[in-house]
Amino acid sequence: MRTYIIKRLLISVVILFFTGLIIYGLMRSLPTSYIESMAMTKSMAPGSKSYDEWMEQLTAMYHMDVGILPGYIQWIGEVFRGNFGDSWKWSVPVLEKFNDSVWISFTMGLIAFVIEMLIAIPLGVLAATKQYSKTDYTISVAALAGISLPTFFFASLLKLLFSVKLGWFDLYGLVGRDYEQLSQTGKILDQAKHLVLPIVTLVVVSMGSLMRYTRTNMLEVLNSDYIRTARAKGLSERRVIFHHAFRNTLIPIVTIVGGSLPGLFAGALITETLFAIPGIGYVSYQSMVSGDIPFSMFYLVFMAVLTLLGNLLSDILYAVVDPRVRVA
Amino acid sequence: MDDIMKTVNDYTPVEYDVRYILMVNSLKKYFPIKDGVISRTVGYVRAVDGVTFNIERGTTMGLVGESGCGKTTVGRTILRLAGEKTGGQVLFNGREVYDIPNKEMNRDYRTKMQIIFQDPFSSLSPRLPVGEIIGEAVREHKIVPKSEYDDYIDKVMSDCGLQPFHKMRYPHEFSGGQRQRICIARALALKPEFIVCDEPVSALDVSIQAQIINLLNDLQEKYGFTYLFISHDLSVVEHISDSVGVMYLGNIVEYGTKEKIFDSPLHPYTKALFSAIPVPDPSQKTNRIVLEGSVPSPASPPEGCKFHTRCAQCMEICKKKAPVQTEAEPGHFVCCHLYQDQNSGEN
Repeated sequence: MRTYIIKRLLISVVILFFTGLIIYGLMRSLPTSYIESMAMTKSMAPGSKSYDEWMEQLTAMYHMDVGILPGYIQWIGEVFRGNFGDSWKWSVPVLEKFNDSVWISFTMGLIAFVIEMLIAIPLGVLAATKQYSKTDYTISVAALAGISLPTFFFASLLKLLFSVKLGWFDLYGLVGRDYEQLSQTGKILDQAKHLVLPIVTLVVVSMGSLMRYTRTNMLEVLNSDYIRTARAKGLSERRVIFHHAFRNTLIPIVTIVGGSLPGLFAGALITETLFAIPGIGYVSYQSMVSGDIPFSMFYLVFMAVLTLLGNLLSDILYAVVDPRVRVA
Repeated sequence: MDDIMKTVNDYTPVEYDVRYILMVNSLKKYFPIKDGVISRTVGYVRAVDGVTFNIERGTTMGLVGESGCGKTTVGRTILRLAGEKTGGQVLFNGREVYDIPNKEMNRDYRTKMQIIFQDPFSSLSPRLPVGEIIGEAVREHKIVPKSEYDDYIDKVMSDCGLQPFHKMRYPHEFSGGQRQRICIARALALKPEFIVCDEPVSALDVSIQAQIINLLNDLQEKYGFTYLFISHDLSVVEHISDSVGVMYLGNIVEYGTKEKIFDSPLHPYTKALFSAIPVPDPSQKTNRIVLEGSVPSPASPPEGCKFHTRCAQCMEICKKKAPVQTEAEPGHFVCCHLYQDQNSGEN
């Protein structure tokens, strides 16, 4: 097992190098160049240098006067010295900006993820055990509706109903108007209250696929021979479903869950934008459209690292839950 | 299609006879064929279409027939493992199996009626160690006191030729023969009276087949089990059975003691089937009866006798009227017009 993990980690490093190269190449080739737009603005100022002169100066200043490959190597070199550089757009160190925005997204994502699992997995199991019944159809239709609902549409509906009509929640933002006057617990409650609608949005739109996935896998297991064996043993239906069937359904679910861990750090672009929550999804989006290479590089490579780790993690979890995959 | 469902319960109920552990009377199991947007039932696959036989205590009944004739469904329907029956009776120790409440069924009857499945690879949960596979139901049903549990499992395993240290291993670590032993040990551990062996050896190679058959024989001698042995392998059935039933397209066409069936088969289908048994003697000429055509679909079986489309001795009446099971000679039942006219005239 240890050799296996080490081997996987070494392969991951190679994959990571090339992923980074692709990301860097893409960022450099984007038509929106931060430097160009900056040079444009500066040359507009009265009595300023010409656009070309600004371009030359700024390109040199941001170390963009080299080709893609040398530029990438240069970036890696800085990274090894623990330096991710300053964000061009936000004018603060990349790590600081990231740290400022990621935790709110992470909290939101984690809560939504836990709720999603708590609802979707039992519903999936229920739908599978009562296949083709009214319960099954109701759950499946609801799941499909969730999958099909566009986030922005559903979030707008929620806002219309709960904020505009009922007035239970604020329309957007992370804190209320009187946030500063609140006590410590009051502050936490205030933030929590502002997270309710975004989390409901995230749960509803993402729950469907996990539910369908659980149902499909559960059905497959329920139709297998060893479930008939379990029934023939005279075990109670409860035991057949939870002890025999569900255990086997856990394998594919664990893979999915492991794979979605990086998503917690990725943020939720649309939801965050709609509810004006300064999370990482929103921040990274703005960095990318403005051509902020240092921030985008850090963010995207970080995602790549998490994805690789997520895959490795789900493979290890796989071995934990499935005795057949355990490497001796 | 509703006409079919109206007639499924046209049968004369049987009286319980203490000699028989299991009495099956006109058992029917249809599977609906669903089609269209709203999944309307457009027809039925008549997997088991009126099967009647009795098994005496402590004996083995072999059930033979080609694949798709409904052998496995019979086994599962008897044990109530295939949903509700469509019609007929299944009396286990005189009690209608389908009238037992679910709870009592799980608690008392599942242990008495066990099954060994055909495929030892898919019928063992890959997530449980062997000791748990065998022992789980023993513990759940409190077959033995807690203090004797470990010893009991060891004993069951050694009865079936498994080592106690196998307990901690998972099914994928065993060979096919060993896995079938695990399946047998699992069934055996519940101290059943009656075991359905659903093609227990057809997934195994010949040398292992013999071991498993002998194991089943030994266990029967030791514990007095009754077996319903489902197989398509005639020589295996001849070796292990006391009585034999021959199935064709959801019906038992002939059934009786092994000697009667093998030495003097009556039904044209049985004759054709037995003529296909290979004889290990190249000089002997065999008169193989080759059946023309293929098995009709159980969703739309032929009118009259279901076998008439392939029968060499087909008569006019066979195309119109389905024959009923008659006792051609004591202990030898056949379902064919050839014998009905001579023996019971009226039918």
